[in-house]
Amino acid sequence: MSDTPFYSLRGISKAFPGVKALDQVQLDLYSGEVMALIGENGAGKSTLVKTMTGIYQPDAGELRLAGECISLTTPDAARNLGITAIHQETVLFDELSVTENIFTGHLLTRGPLNMLDWSEMRRQCIKILADIEAQIDPDILLKHLSIGQRHMVAIARALSFNAKVVILDEPTAALSIHETQELYKIVDKLKAAGCAIMFISHKFDEVFAIADRYTVFRDGCFVDQGKIDNVTQAQLVTMMVGRTVDQIYPERAQALGDIVLKVENFSHPTEFHDLSFELRSGEILGFYGLVGAGRTELMQAIYGVSNNITGSLEIAGQVVKIRSPADAIKAGIVYVPEERQSQGVVLDLPIDQNITLPQLNHINKNGLLNPASEYTLADEYASRLQVKAPNWHELVGNLSGGNQQKVVIAKWLATQPKVIIMDEPTKGIDISSKAAVHSFMSELVKQGLAVIMVSSELPEVMGMSDRIIVMSEGLQVSELQRADFNPEKIVSAASGGLNEKTIH
Amino acid sequence: MQKITAHKNSFSNFTFSLKKLPWEFFLLLITALVFTLSAYASPYFLDVWNLSDATFNFVEKAIVALPLAMLIICRDIDLSVASIIALSSVAMGFAAQYGFAIELIVLIGIGVGMLCGLFNGWVVTRFDIPAIVVTIGTMSLFRGMSYILLGDQVLKDYPEGFDYFGQGYVYWVFSFEFMLFLVATLFFYFLLHKTNFGRRCYAIGNNPTAAFYSGINVKRHRLMLFVIVGALAGVAAVLLTSRLGSTRPTIALGWELSIITMVVLGGVNILGGSGTIAGVFIAVFLMGIVTFGLGLLNVPGIVMSIIIGGMLISVIATPVLIRKFSQRS
Repeated sequence: MSDTPFYSLRGISKAFPGVKALDQVQLDLYSGEVMALIGENGAGKSTLVKTMTGIYQPDAGELRLAGECISLTTPDAARNLGITAIHQETVLFDELSVTENIFTGHLLTRGPLNMLDWSEMRRQCIKILADIEAQIDPDILLKHLSIGQRHMVAIARALSFNAKVVILDEPTAALSIHETQELYKIVDKLKAAGCAIMFISHKFDEVFAIADRYTVFRDGCFVDQGKIDNVTQAQLVTMMVGRTVDQIYPERAQALGDIVLKVENFSHPTEFHDLSFELRSGEILGFYGLVGAGRTELMQAIYGVSNNITGSLEIAGQVVKIRSPADAIKAGIVYVPEERQSQGVVLDLPIDQNITLPQLNHINKNGLLNPASEYTLADEYASRLQVKAPNWHELVGNLSGGNQQKVVIAKWLATQPKVIIMDEPTKGIDISSKAAVHSFMSELVKQGLAVIMVSSELPEVMGMSDRIIVMSEGLQVSELQRADFNPEKIVSAASGGLNEKTIH
Repeated sequence: MQKITAHKNSFSNFTFSLKKLPWEFFLLLITALVFTLSAYASPYFLDVWNLSDATFNFVEKAIVALPLAMLIICRDIDLSVASIIALSSVAMGFAAQYGFAIELIVLIGIGVGMLCGLFNGWVVTRFDIPAIVVTIGTMSLFRGMSYILLGDQVLKDYPEGFDYFGQGYVYWVFSFEFMLFLVATLFFYFLLHKTNFGRRCYAIGNNPTAAFYSGINVKRHRLMLFVIVGALAGVAAVLLTSRLGSTRPTIALGWELSIITMVVLGGVNILGGSGTIAGVFIAVFLMGIVTFGLGLLNVPGIVMSIIIGGMLISVIATPVLIRKFSQRS
């Protein structure tokens, strides 16, 4: 550890048409230390990462690497200097093997004809994978790997460049607890090897677990930096949002109503087996488990997306056969998907048209569009959810992640459902949107709706739910009432089957 | 003071709209340009009867381009449209040979078109095969069936009065074909831009998964569009057969490419999600006028196809380039 920063930025500005993404920001990374970059969505973190890795050129300011002024004209230039980033959605190739993925872009060659040296690449690949203790077959195609394993490959790829600066952009967003622990170990190894590491995360427990220093950004401006030991979570949150935010979950105390949804013996050939549960109106039922436990698949089965499901489903005492999302919506079940951009919203349609999409036939009875009544309906629900947009003709693609999520929820509330299934409802959205979604959920149940919430965030699932069902490897392993909530119990139940799981 | 700000606002609005002018504006500009040039180049161009005759060369294709635009907006495509025209013409030829009434012959023509479209749509949606693959197959299949059914024969025993569809005039210089094209344009404009059905086209074209999760029956919607395209290919077959007065298996050979050119020139995104009927409508006239004007100047067919190809690429590139330059400044 040295006192002079290894990679430092001074006075960096970057503007896009209409937005000043970065305004005179500074940042320092030290060799052998982890620096956590903290900020809400839209604070300029992604732009900064792209500037640091040569994807964007700053309008003003300077970058210094080991004391020398550098200019990064291409991502390649950054890579050659040992600066590498691992992004939220890893950019890898599904149809290539692990070895090919790791060496694409800097393939090793030999001999006068520059023939590709696959045996050498494979040898190095095995060595790198062994270094990070990832048990991954170097010859397997990437598409056969889990999300966590893909991250390992992305990290291995970064290491194959002899990286001196490693930027991790929300690496744990899609990882299970176990995989996150593995990642921490790798970060420790990188530290020991003298890498300067920048870590971006929305989760404070992670920041406090692995970071040595912090830097806070807000609205494209630098706010503060320092040693992590000298700061508290509350202080970080205050700096991040510019005001104090109570991270307390809304009060959850009201009488439960009648049973609205009854799922019996739901089974899928590969994803889950023999699940039964009941849901009452006014209740939030949390589903907790590791990634791959079958929660999303179960919810999609209830919503009619999956085929070949066995089991029965009752809505308010009536047996209902749901074969498609259209059937589910008709029966009063709606689903806020985890994959917001690919399944939740149509990015190139405006807000109002997104909201009315599920019930066009209902609003426009004779099949003719009636823009005025569509707008009125959209206005009612978009306002209720406080979607931030100039008006409801704005394209959903122009909104932030949190506001897109609000549009999805508004769309479903407008159908006046009985049961709303929310799959990771606050994944990847900023703190204030998160709080808005939470308080809205508790408002919904007060009005008699029944909510199923799938979440991988323990504080969220414990803070919001009346009851938690824990799933592991497609089975229902535990069910807890609010009074019995206990983090250790929940986590150990969720990872119960993990020991038997072998990674190939 | 207030007046000045108001003025400034309207000015900035103007420059803003220049940057994102609709595609239709460029098309209209180029069409007007080509029209004026042609009028100067040839003294015969501005003759109303010559212009009226010229419409016969493209309205049959244009009638198929309208529903095909909707299909392409929905991320599908139908390359078999010309072969559907052939098969449907063969069916009408045999129906005429059996001495069926005109109404029945027309119904058979359109019905065969719909069945072909249904087959395309069924294979695409039932087995989840990309439309481009399926319709490349049915392009050969339907054309091949026409050859086998007809062999070296020519069917031309069409009843008296059947020639009206392709040769008749509704009023003065306005042919039946042309008027039908105008009605079809209005119909598809209405269908795409003013109905729930049209809205769903855009939703599916932009994000089929989200559309499905929003409760839209995506497969049924796509199937219906294939049937509509087939039906309009059947209508085109009626017009073409009536105009030629005979059916050969080579009828409408190679039309699929000119039809798709019309759609793409009209600003419909070949990857789906965006496009308008107005754009296709103008593109139809642009292609018609270019072909007619060059024809009057005795430009050979091969040169003509070079010009149309060059026009397609440059017209599509222009707005992209303008956007690029305006972003830089």
